[in-house]
Amino acid sequence: MLNADLPGWRVSLPVFDGPLDLLLYLIKKEEMNIYDIEVGKITQQYLLHLDMITQTDLEMAGDFLVVAATLLYIKSRTSLPEEESEEGEDPRWELIRQLVEYKKFKDASFELQLREGRREKIYYRETEQQRPTIIPTGLGEVGVFDLVKAFQRILDRAREKEGFREIYEERYTVNDKIQYILDRLDKEETVLFTALFNDVCSRPEIVVTFLALLELVRLKQIKARQSDAFSEIEIYRGPTPTLV
Amino acid sequence: MDSLKIIEAILFAANRPLSEEEIAALLIRGGETAGLLFELESLSAEVIRQMMLEYTKRLEETSLQLVSVAGGYRLATREEFAPWISAMFDEAKPPRLSSPALETLAVIAYRQPISRAEIEAVRGVAVGGVLETLVDRAVIRVAGRADVPGRPLIYETTPFFLEHFGLRDLNDLPNVEELKRVKLPDPPILENPQQPELLHESSGHTQEN
Repeated sequence: MLNADLPGWRVSLPVFDGPLDLLLYLIKKEEMNIYDIEVGKITQQYLLHLDMITQTDLEMAGDFLVVAATLLYIKSRTSLPEEESEEGEDPRWELIRQLVEYKKFKDASFELQLREGRREKIYYRETEQQRPTIIPTGLGEVGVFDLVKAFQRILDRAREKEGFREIYEERYTVNDKIQYILDRLDKEETVLFTALFNDVCSRPEIVVTFLALLELVRLKQIKARQSDAFSEIEIYRGPTPTLV
Repeated sequence: MDSLKIIEAILFAANRPLSEEEIAALLIRGGETAGLLFELESLSAEVIRQMMLEYTKRLEETSLQLVSVAGGYRLATREEFAPWISAMFDEAKPPRLSSPALETLAVIAYRQPISRAEIEAVRGVAVGGVLETLVDRAVIRVAGRADVPGRPLIYETTPFFLEHFGLRDLNDLPNVEELKRVKLPDPPILENPQQPELLHESSGHTQEN
């Protein structure tokens, strides 16, 4: 990645993944200890690069400027006499901490890249058979996105049914529907997701019912589960019904 | 019949990684049809793991290996045969992930579920476009919304992420212990009076002036 040392008379600038990446590069180039950055020197170097970057990469320019401002601020604070500077820790500390953390993730990303390379070299058998598998997976609880998908199917079905009809005032509120769902769950232990929409015909009512369902899931009043991949989603009372 | 041979046949025919539980379930189900009795109690995950170790030894003489990936086991060829296999396929490989993308992915992988602002606080750059790429490449997905003001979207890695990088699970990530513990810098929207962010302070000063 670092190609600044290429032979030749043209200065070729390495591409940086961001301001922190540039700082790490400068610290390495100047052979500084990351825990003891010479702010003056690094700021000067940073500003030199900043000029180039703001001219070539407008998208990241703002992020680079933010760090430039931070550097100048730290520099101004470190140049104040000790007594007059504000109380507290070394002004460089926040930035150093951020750099050290960033470096850890950056190193990890190199490691991931190696893994990716190794993975590319092994091959699984290319199975062409498209038999549906019936391996029991124990799907259990379903997430919000499964509910949204199921909801989409209900809406599609409603669209098919929709034709000419009388228009009347919609009188359903989310609160009513929450009450309705809870009432049903008092009588029956589990309710099929689709059963909640059985005698509902208008789209607004479907939507309101679904919003009520989501609200109950959010409040952890109810849970949704599915016994296997293509079976119906069931709604049931969560284990700890505490009203918020 | 030799259970290891049955497992070999299953793995050969499978088109995705199979977990210990799935292998146990298949042994039992198939056994019912074949009139071979396998008992669930004798097929704990630990027992299956031992069988897989045993099977790995059997593969030593072959060009195949058993890989542990995305929560299960899969048969694969050994690395050294890649040149010959790739000669067979007309492979248009998807471009490798760029280094900003890999960095972003690393932050997500270790600290999921995580919001965009939190990622940006670590990397020091906007990651909007990169996130889109990662979602397109199916290595991350939206995990929901965080329970903080603004309810931002939060991201997590997908099972495909594990497969793509040949990882058994998230604990198989390199240097996982340390990177899970690292305290992330606070995203700028959060006020944290105990530890004022430098970025904050500097912007605060300009406002005062």
